[in-house]
Amino acid sequence: MSKVRVLVGTRKGAFILTSDGKREHWDVSGPHFAGWELYHLKGSPADPNRLYASQSSGWSGQIIQRSNDGGKTWETVGNKFAYDGVPGTHQWYDGTPHPWEFKRVWHLEPSLTDPDMVYAGVEDAALFLSNDGGQNWQELSGLRGHGSGPRWQPGAGGMCLHTIIQDPSNPERIFIAISAAGAFRTDDAGKTWRPINRGLHSQYIPDPTAEVGHCVHRMAMHRLRPSVLFMQKHWDVMRSDNAGESWQEISGNLPTDFGFVIDVHAHEPETVYVVPIKSDSEHFTPDGKLRVYRSRTGGNEWEALTKGLPQADCYVNVLRDAMAVDSLDKCGVYFGTTGGQVYRSADAGDTWAPIVRDFPAVLSVEVQTLP
Amino acid sequence: MIRVELPPHLRGLARISGEVRLDIQGLATQRSVVDALEARYPMLRGAIRDHITQKRRPFLRFFACGEDLSHEQPDAPLPDAVASGAEPLLIVGAIAGG
Repeated sequence: MSKVRVLVGTRKGAFILTSDGKREHWDVSGPHFAGWELYHLKGSPADPNRLYASQSSGWSGQIIQRSNDGGKTWETVGNKFAYDGVPGTHQWYDGTPHPWEFKRVWHLEPSLTDPDMVYAGVEDAALFLSNDGGQNWQELSGLRGHGSGPRWQPGAGGMCLHTIIQDPSNPERIFIAISAAGAFRTDDAGKTWRPINRGLHSQYIPDPTAEVGHCVHRMAMHRLRPSVLFMQKHWDVMRSDNAGESWQEISGNLPTDFGFVIDVHAHEPETVYVVPIKSDSEHFTPDGKLRVYRSRTGGNEWEALTKGLPQADCYVNVLRDAMAVDSLDKCGVYFGTTGGQVYRSADAGDTWAPIVRDFPAVLSVEVQTLP
Repeated sequence: MIRVELPPHLRGLARISGEVRLDIQGLATQRSVVDALEARYPMLRGAIRDHITQKRRPFLRFFACGEDLSHEQPDAPLPDAVASGAEPLLIVGAIAGG
């Protein structure tokens, strides 16, 4: 029977949750790296026992951990993230130039085919690549250097490159997203990049339809339809049917179109999940109710999924890397909250139950479906 | 022989308990001690001083013999009591975080 392994990054360590295909009973391993912030952990699609983890702290900066046995043991690998050439400046919150400074790795994205190849999205925003299992990192500097970099600026969480999506049908094509710069695409494996933000409208920036400056919170793709992208922006849920060439809003009947996570059902490319969040400053669930919204029509028409989720006095957030799906039948959906709960649905969102209730604030959730 | 005490989070990272004892070739300085630490425990590279600038991380401090050595030059000699092993060099995490 298949198994699932859920990788959870929190403010104070990492946890690994495992279950069989029924996803009812769970074993909890951790905390790993107790006391450190674990922004993200992810397994290699080419070798599920190869895991990468981003570990950081205000005292001692960035550490990268690697496991070759599914998280039972770990080893530190390279943590030198040096920007290529003269780093230059981006905009600070007040619009003044601010030098690029490496702070942390937000997201690790292993290659679809090579366990030793892994991308890192970092703050201040840049994309790095390792071809030796994380020992050495080189910046793909065509992204920062393509021209719009001096106009990027940080969002509230920092100027982070948080989304890295590889096109399974075209190894030369990668999508990334940055808060607050927008979405970008390469069609030559990272040498050159261009913004793909046409159709985005952001009322909170001087030019609401600018080429860059949009606070994209997250993007998602179904592996069988790589030209269709879904986006949760600072405000607005968006969709592109042409690999980001243009975007249309699909917020439809959502109670608020602000949020962080967005993900796609493993077997239904038109089924999309978001968790609406109250903003601008609150950043918790509206009306004290934790609701996942699901669209089975690729957007615009959304239904609230509430069964098993708290519907009173709940004021948590679900951060941008904290939702994932497994590929079992029925599709499992998982998300973690800033209140330390990790919820799972084993029926594509119809019903939910907590796997754990009392973790530190959850920063990221990834799922591996194992044979 | 130089004795070094690391803060708990770095002892965990390096998978050690208690003091570290290092043999230093030449003058005992902050730089030579951290060089020796990183050589023995490569996982500490970048965790005490920045990879690029080689500056001490701002939330870590160096103390010894009741003195704050954090702002001494990295190539300044450490106190004789540290160089002789009579007193440890303390690498201390700032009281910060949550």
